Amino acid sequence: MARLAGRRALFAVPVLLVVTFGVFAIAAASPFDPVKAYAGTAALGADQQTLDRLRENLGVDQPFAARWWHWLTSALTGDLGHSGVMRQPVAQVIGERLVWSALLCAVAFAAAVLAGTLLGVLAARRPGSLVDRTVTSLAYTLEAAPVFWIALLAIWLFALQWDVLPAGGLTDTGSAQVTPGQVTSHLVLPAGVLAVSQLPWFTLYVRQGVGDALAEDPVRGARARGLSERTVLLGHALRSGLLPVLTLIGSRVPELITGALLVESVFSWPGIAAATVEAATAVDFPLLAALTTLATAAVLAGNLLADLLYGLFDPRVKLSDM
Amino acid sequence: MTCDAPVPAGAPAEPEWRAHGPKRRSTRALRVRTSAALVAATVLAVLLVPPLVQLDQQAVDLAAKLQPPSWAHPFGTDDVGRDLLLRCVYGLRVSLLVGVAAALTATVVGTAVGAAAGALGGWADRALMRVVDTFSSVPHLLLGIFIVAMFRPGVWPVVISVALTHWLSTARIVRAEVLSLRSRPYIDAAVSGGASRWRVAVRHLLPAVLPQAALAAVLMVPHAMWHESALSFLGLGLPTHTASLGTLIQGARGSLLAGQWWPTLFPGLFLIVPTLAIAGLAGAWRERINPRHRSELML
Repeated sequence: MARLAGRRALFAVPVLLVVTFGVFAIAAASPFDPVKAYAGTAALGADQQTLDRLRENLGVDQPFAARWWHWLTSALTGDLGHSGVMRQPVAQVIGERLVWSALLCAVAFAAAVLAGTLLGVLAARRPGSLVDRTVTSLAYTLEAAPVFWIALLAIWLFALQWDVLPAGGLTDTGSAQVTPGQVTSHLVLPAGVLAVSQLPWFTLYVRQGVGDALAEDPVRGARARGLSERTVLLGHALRSGLLPVLTLIGSRVPELITGALLVESVFSWPGIAAATVEAATAVDFPLLAALTTLATAAVLAGNLLADLLYGLFDPRVKLSDM
Repeated sequence: MTCDAPVPAGAPAEPEWRAHGPKRRSTRALRVRTSAALVAATVLAVLLVPPLVQLDQQAVDLAAKLQPPSWAHPFGTDDVGRDLLLRCVYGLRVSLLVGVAAALTATVVGTAVGAAAGALGGWADRALMRVVDTFSSVPHLLLGIFIVAMFRPGVWPVVISVALTHWLSTARIVRAEVLSLRSRPYIDAAVSGGASRWRVAVRHLLPAVLPQAALAAVLMVPHAMWHESALSFLGLGLPTHTASLGTLIQGARGSLLAGQWWPTLFPGLFLIVPTLAIAGLAGAWRERINPRHRSELML
């Protein structure tokens, strides 16, 4: 098990190398000029000599491959450069914000998994029934709805019309301390919207898995033995129907990151996804490069988790064969 | 194992799950017809309204700003008194154009890569699929954000960044299709008849792959529209003078916080309805070209 995880993690290294290299290559091919970004408006009045000296000092007169190698070696020692837009080292930005993003994503994903399982089982229990048709069409509509649009309408309804939840941020304005109570009340809306955006996929797959399982022979056998509908549904159909879905959870990381990018921006949630958007708007290359690498690493870790869960939960798969 | 015993009473009738009775068929036909009508309405509105209706979508009327939906303005007006229905139609036009352009680019790239990987095989196949795997390990919206940030927001960076993140699925589909076709007798016949590699690929493999690629392209259009709107919403998409649905929602944020819901609601609906209609039509098309996939999920 540990050897398998180690081997899979080793496969991730070349992917990360290629992605970081690609990030530097795209930046080199783009009209983006790090010197002008560094100097800001001061670059407008500066003469060519000063700009050239600055270029040399920043090390951007070298080819991008050399800069990539320099970035990579210092990244391994924990130095990811300096973020211009946040006015602090990139490593510090990530360290301060990662925990809030992780909290938001974990709560949202757990809520989506629970609600999705419940709705999926309800829909699969009586295929073609009113419940099934309502859940399915609602899921397809939500899947088509842009998450930032849902977020804005949720703010309108819950924060403006009913005034029951705060519209954004981590704490109340004017509050100096971060208290668990405030964080919880500020978490409900963003986590709820993020959960709703992940819900359709989960609901539809559970419905499909449980529905297929209900039509299989073991379930028919359980019914023939006179087991209660509850045991059949939860003990037989759900167990085998949920298996393919559970193993797919790890592969949902990209969608979760996409959702977090939009939800954190709408709700001014102080996580790394909102920082990514700020970095992109201000063309803050060091921060953007580090966050892209981090997101790629998260996706690769999710894939690894999916593989491991698959081997753990499906008795037909031998770990030694993977 | 087959079991011919009657289904116990009280249990959900199993055949219902894959029912193809007359009732099911009629609801399916209704769904397809509704989807077709909505897609047609969208395309017609987008193509015909701008040249036929001599109304200026940018016409500012400060006396009529932020009016709720009424007969004169069915969707209401925005914060400078522009008619929202007209703005939405123009926004849909821009979003649809960007979506179609991005989907076409992505399909051409994906088909070329997938066909090359499937037809060449060996190390070329492995290398190309590694490229696909690498691309898919970066979250798509993030890669789009990165490209647009580096190349400055605009129509072409948006089209290219959406295309660059969407060709992967097409490449995988086309490769799988080519791999399954390669062992068919008619390909063997063409090869033993002396056809060159190029001829086999262009005359025999590509036409057989095209329906799948076209289906993937159609399903990609709503995805691409979604991506464009998300980028525009984040302020990293189209400039405000070529307003798309995402830009409209972004511009409505101020009004929303002041309590006006209509400038936000309607552009979103204009995104959802075509998406569902296109998905409904593409689903019917898929059932026709590949009936085995009937019960499979389509997202």
